[in-house]
Amino acid sequence: MTEPLLRVRDLRTYFVTAHGSGTARAVDGVSFDVYPGETLGLVGESGCGKTVTALSILRLVPEPPGHVRPGSLVEFEGRNLATLPPAELRAVRGREIALVFQEPRASLNPVFTVGDQIAEAAVVHERLSWRAARARAVEMLALVGMPDPAAQAGRYPHQLSGGMCQRAMIAMALVCRPKLLIADEPTTALDVTVQAQILELLGRLQAEFGMAILLITHDLGVVAGAADRVAVMYAGEVVEQAPARELFARPLHPYTQGLLASVPRVDAPRAAGRLPAIPGQVPAATAWPPGCRFHPRCPYAWARCRAEAPPPLDAGAGEPGAHTVRCWLLTEPQRRTPRP
Amino acid sequence: MTAWHWLALAAAALAALAAVAALRRRARRTARGRRFFRHPAAAPGLVVLAFVVTTALAAPGLAPYPPRAQLDIVRLADQPPSLRHPLGTDLYSRDVWSRLVYGARVSLGVGALAMLVAVTLGAAVGAAAGYFRRWPDALLMRVVDVGLALPRIFVLLVAVALWGHVTLGPLVLLIGLTGWFPTSRLVRAEVLSVRERDFVAAARALGAGPARIILRHVLPNAAAPIIVSAALGIGNVMLLEAGLSFLGLGVPPPMPSWGNMIADGWPKMAVAPWAALAPGLAISLVVTALNTVGDALRDALDPRAESA
Repeated sequence: MTEPLLRVRDLRTYFVTAHGSGTARAVDGVSFDVYPGETLGLVGESGCGKTVTALSILRLVPEPPGHVRPGSLVEFEGRNLATLPPAELRAVRGREIALVFQEPRASLNPVFTVGDQIAEAAVVHERLSWRAARARAVEMLALVGMPDPAAQAGRYPHQLSGGMCQRAMIAMALVCRPKLLIADEPTTALDVTVQAQILELLGRLQAEFGMAILLITHDLGVVAGAADRVAVMYAGEVVEQAPARELFARPLHPYTQGLLASVPRVDAPRAAGRLPAIPGQVPAATAWPPGCRFHPRCPYAWARCRAEAPPPLDAGAGEPGAHTVRCWLLTEPQRRTPRP
Repeated sequence: MTAWHWLALAAAALAALAAVAALRRRARRTARGRRFFRHPAAAPGLVVLAFVVTTALAAPGLAPYPPRAQLDIVRLADQPPSLRHPLGTDLYSRDVWSRLVYGARVSLGVGALAMLVAVTLGAAVGAAAGYFRRWPDALLMRVVDVGLALPRIFVLLVAVALWGHVTLGPLVLLIGLTGWFPTSRLVRAEVLSVRERDFVAAARALGAGPARIILRHVLPNAAAPIIVSAALGIGNVMLLEAGLSFLGLGVPPPMPSWGNMIADGWPKMAVAPWAALAPGLAISLVVTALNTVGDALRDALDPRAESA
């Protein structure tokens, strides 16, 4: 197999809380790979560490209170971004790895025109003149499907719709043709129809530029449509990792199963009554449960789950490491019967 | 004062009125502009400012005599207002109106320039403290605490006394260098909130360095308090300059400034009150106008009023 573009190993990002109630281990030992040209979906509930993972890759976690723990490896083309000097890191940000945020309108500076903001990336990284950079911005706006790009470039963020702003953000992220695009909930703030357009746009641009995408979302529908592989996060850890098709056909972690079961389906019979939900909520990051972090909410949990944290176990499908699950059920499959 | 001068004065007043009327028409198009002019004293305040600025700029056309000319120390000292001398003459037989018009240049110029120095410095320090936080913040804010704790007028008195003879340039610098502390606090507070906004994170993710982020993304979004504090600060600086000049430590005579005109007229208050009253009223009028315009600006630029 080809070398991964981004190799994240044992990434730990902790936040020291102000009033001394402890350390929030928001990201606690996350490992995954992103290969050139593929889309990796990172899914999970709110508060499980998806966004902090994204920010940690580019070291954008606000310090203080947060910090990426020493020993974390974020290897991008042979360099560890976690220890790179600030000046070199700035050269990676926006040029090699770009980020698209959740709230498109809030991510645009209200006092500058959209075109100027897109041009800024080219000015920063390629030392283009403003005139050349503005021309490039108009090109990029055309590329992301903005109608009348030259006119839109001269408008301010508040004059554009949410979907238009997100297209502008994507244009801004892609100005320097990055090798990796991290999209943090790129469609959450948008209407469903616009969501589909944005996802389609990302897919088209990915094919055109050959870039990899790390797609962060809580929406399994988005992942099912757009991702090649999926990593499921829970409580600061990746609990299951598999190719998308495999994950949706054969989810093994009880958390993944719960997530999939709680998605409403149009093709399922309505007789089932209420939509199943995972009981409880993600615990506070200052106090993860001992043992398996999912055990308080797991219908199968037994003594071992409460005592011992499971390592990523190979589920045995395809190549080794293709489908890994952090769950003791893999060692004792006969226990996969819900408690009465 | 000839008919020509009266005509020029009327033209200056008309120009001020027309400028403000035109501004008001344009302002109607935006919510901010409407909020500005909703303030009852905003329009009159602007008219006063526009008029004073116009007279200062057109001083040579409006002043019938050179401001330092002693016309006739024996027969023309302490003359009451007349058609020839609309505001009378002072104890050295100088035309008060001419001095007032030229003094506007000095007083407004010192006020605006000193405020420019103070606001630039305050914005730079506040932005650095608010953006970098940690030790730069702690260090700079302690300096500001000390600066705010010292009474400004005494610092200036000591500096002027040590300096000896202070010309206009150093005076502007001195007033500016002692006046940036409150502005830096305001800017820091605003920067602290702006730096947490998503577009600043987006700029950082784009690979922008701290200087670019501060200058292009943070400060333009923190402009409102800077503008308001500058508008209110000019009035303050003008009062300070007047106070210093009154004490004989500010603008060096015979150059006219409103402060040293009061100082010149003060001893003759009983026989020739116009010599001190005219500049005194001018200062009060301009400072009041500046304060009302500053208030209206604050209303107009307040982001919390954005929806109204």
